[in-house]
Amino acid sequence: MKSKGILLQIGPFVVRLDTSIKTVVESVYSLYSDYIFYEDVPSLFIDFYIRIDRPNLYRGYLRSQVQCYIDGNTPFKPLPYEQAFPFFEWGLNWVIASHVHYYLLVHAAVVEKNGDVLILCGKPGAGKSTLCAALASRGWRLFSDEMAVIDLKTNELIPCVRPISLKNQAIDIISEFSPSSIFGLSYKDTAKGTLSHMKPKKEWIEKADIRAVSKWVVFPQYKPDSATTLNSVAKGETVIELAKNSFNYNFLGAQGFNSLCALVDRSDCYRFEYSDLGEAIDTFDKLSS
Amino acid sequence: MAITQTPLLVLALINPEIILDLTLQQWDLLVRQARRSGVLARFGYILKRNDLIDKVPQQALKHINSAQTYAEQIAISLTWEVECIQKAFVKLELPLVFLKGTAYAVANNFSGAGRVFSDVDILVPENRIAEVESALNFSGWKASFVDAYDQRFYREWMHEIPPMQHIQRHTSIDVHHNILPKISRYCPDSSLLLLNAVKVSEQNSWVLAPEDRVIHSATHLFHEGEFDHGFRDLSDLDLLIKEFSTEEGWWDKLLQRAIELNQQVPLYYALRYTTLILKTPVPREVLDDCKLWYPNGIQRKIMDWLFCRALMPNHSSCEDSWTGFARWVLYIRSHWIKMPVRILAPHLCRKGWLRLTEQEDY
Repeated sequence: MKSKGILLQIGPFVVRLDTSIKTVVESVYSLYSDYIFYEDVPSLFIDFYIRIDRPNLYRGYLRSQVQCYIDGNTPFKPLPYEQAFPFFEWGLNWVIASHVHYYLLVHAAVVEKNGDVLILCGKPGAGKSTLCAALASRGWRLFSDEMAVIDLKTNELIPCVRPISLKNQAIDIISEFSPSSIFGLSYKDTAKGTLSHMKPKKEWIEKADIRAVSKWVVFPQYKPDSATTLNSVAKGETVIELAKNSFNYNFLGAQGFNSLCALVDRSDCYRFEYSDLGEAIDTFDKLSS
Repeated sequence: MAITQTPLLVLALINPEIILDLTLQQWDLLVRQARRSGVLARFGYILKRNDLIDKVPQQALKHINSAQTYAEQIAISLTWEVECIQKAFVKLELPLVFLKGTAYAVANNFSGAGRVFSDVDILVPENRIAEVESALNFSGWKASFVDAYDQRFYREWMHEIPPMQHIQRHTSIDVHHNILPKISRYCPDSSLLLLNAVKVSEQNSWVLAPEDRVIHSATHLFHEGEFDHGFRDLSDLDLLIKEFSTEEGWWDKLLQRAIELNQQVPLYYALRYTTLILKTPVPREVLDDCKLWYPNGIQRKIMDWLFCRALMPNHSSCEDSWTGFARWVLYIRSHWIKMPVRILAPHLCRKGWLRLTEQEDY
C-alpha cells in the first residue's frame, strides 16, 4: 500500500502521519491547514510516528476496520473504518501521554488571556471541552482542549493546539454559539458518541511558542438549569484532584509534586457550576479583567 | 549474516562512540529502534557510563530522559514490591530467590539499570509451592482467573503456577519451581540452582549465582516463542557476560555449569548470538568448546539464519522480508522443544481455535 508521509509541527512535537486513506489526508489538510508542514530532511528529528491504515485483508476489507500503528506498534483494537481520522487524534493523545514524561501532563483544557492561564479540569462529560471551545471563540487563546502540558522546570504551560474535539450536543451548542467556527466531518457511534472537530484559529497556532503561567484552576461541571456559581476550593484539594487527572504524575515523583504545588500555589482555585454558556463566559471574563 | 545493513542501535551498543557522527534523522531512527525494543532507558545509562550523554542532541535526549524517568519509577515501585514479598515470606523460612529482571535489579547488575518489566519472578522448591501460595494469598495476592484447562496446563506440565496478582496494587508475581517446563526434555534439576543461589548483601533477597543467572537468561531467551523483547534479552546477556567475565576462572565455571544443568545448547546459542550480533567479548576457545555441543553444521546454519533475524530490534527498520517467517518458525519451535508432541498437538489446536474465534487476543 502506498502511503504519503505528512510531517507536522503540533505544539512542541514533530509528528509524522502515514496513511493511504483519503478521508484522513483530507481531514488533516483541512483541520491542520495553518500548521507548519515539513519536508523529510536529514536535519529533522521526528518525535512520533503514526500510521492509519486497514489492518489486513480480512479486518480491513471484509469487516471494514482501521488500525492505528504507533511506529509499527498496535496498542489498540481496530475501529470501524469510518473512524479513521478520529483514530489519528486518539493515537496522538495516547502517544503523548505514554512517552512524554519530560513534561507534566494533566487531562484538562487550557486557555489564556492577557498572559494568564485558565486550567479547566474535569471528568469526561463535565463540559470542559464545551466551555473551552466557547471561551476560545470569545477572545481567549487556546492552548489545548485535551491536556495541560507543563514545563517541569519553570512550571509554565506549553501550548499544544489541536482541533477541539466536541461530542454530541456540544457540537450544535458551539456551532450556534459561534457560527463562524469551522468544523470537520461528524463521526457517529464512536466510543464517545457523535464526534466532530473544531478547526483551531491561525493566531493560536502562530503563537505556539508563547508560554504562560497559570492564574486559575477551575473544576467545571455542567448541570442543566443550574445557576452560575463559582466557589473557592482549597489548594491542597486542588493539587490532589489535578494529580488524579494527570497522565504521568505517578512517574514524575517529587518533580511532579513540586511542579503541581508551585502551579496551584500561584492560582486561584474554584469549582464552577453552569448551564448558561453566555453567563459562564462573563464569569471568566470578569475574573480576568 | 544475511541482513545487509546492521541496525543503528546494534552499532551503537557495540560502539557507543558512533553517536558522535549521527544526523538528527539518524538519532530519530536510533531512538525509535531503542524504544520499540525496550532498551531506550538502558541505552541512556550506557551513554552515561561512557561519558557520552552530553553529546546527545536535545531532541533525542528528552526522549531518553523520559524513558529513564519511567524506568526509575518502576525501579522504586519494584523496591517496594520486593519488600512486600519479603514480608510475606518471613514465616516460611525459605530463601526468597528472585529471577530475571527482578534479580538484575536486586543484584544491581548493569542489565538492571533502565530495564522495565511488569511482573516479579521468584524460584522456590517444588515441594514448598503450596505453602508459598498460601503465604502469598494471606498477604493479598490472589490466583489470576484461569480456566480448568489452563490450571491443568500450569500445574501438571509447566515450571510455574498460574500468575498471582495483588488485590490492591495489581502487581503480578510468577512463582516458579524450575526454569523450564517439567515436561521438557532439557528440564534441569532445580535444587542445583537453589543450592547455588547467593544472598544479596544487607538484603533478605537471593539471586541465582552469576553463572546460573547467565544460563537462565540464555535458557529463557532460547526457549522463547515471542521475540518482542528478544533484542533486549540478548542485550541482557551481553551486559551480564561483560560484567561477570572479569572474574578469574569465569569461563570454565560457566561451561561446567551448563553441563551440570543440562543447558549446553541454550548457552551455545547465547554465546553464538551475543558475539555474532553484539560482538560480546568471548574467548575463541570458549566458542570452539561450545560448538562441540552443537555439532551439526547444517543445523547451525539454519539456526543462524533464523536467530539473526528474530533477535534484531523489534522495529520495521531492522527487518527484512524473512523476519516474520523466521519469528513464526521459532514460535513453533519454542513449543516443540518445551513439550512432547502428545501434549503439544492438542494444545496448539486449542489455541488456534480460540484465536480464530477471537476468544483470545493475538
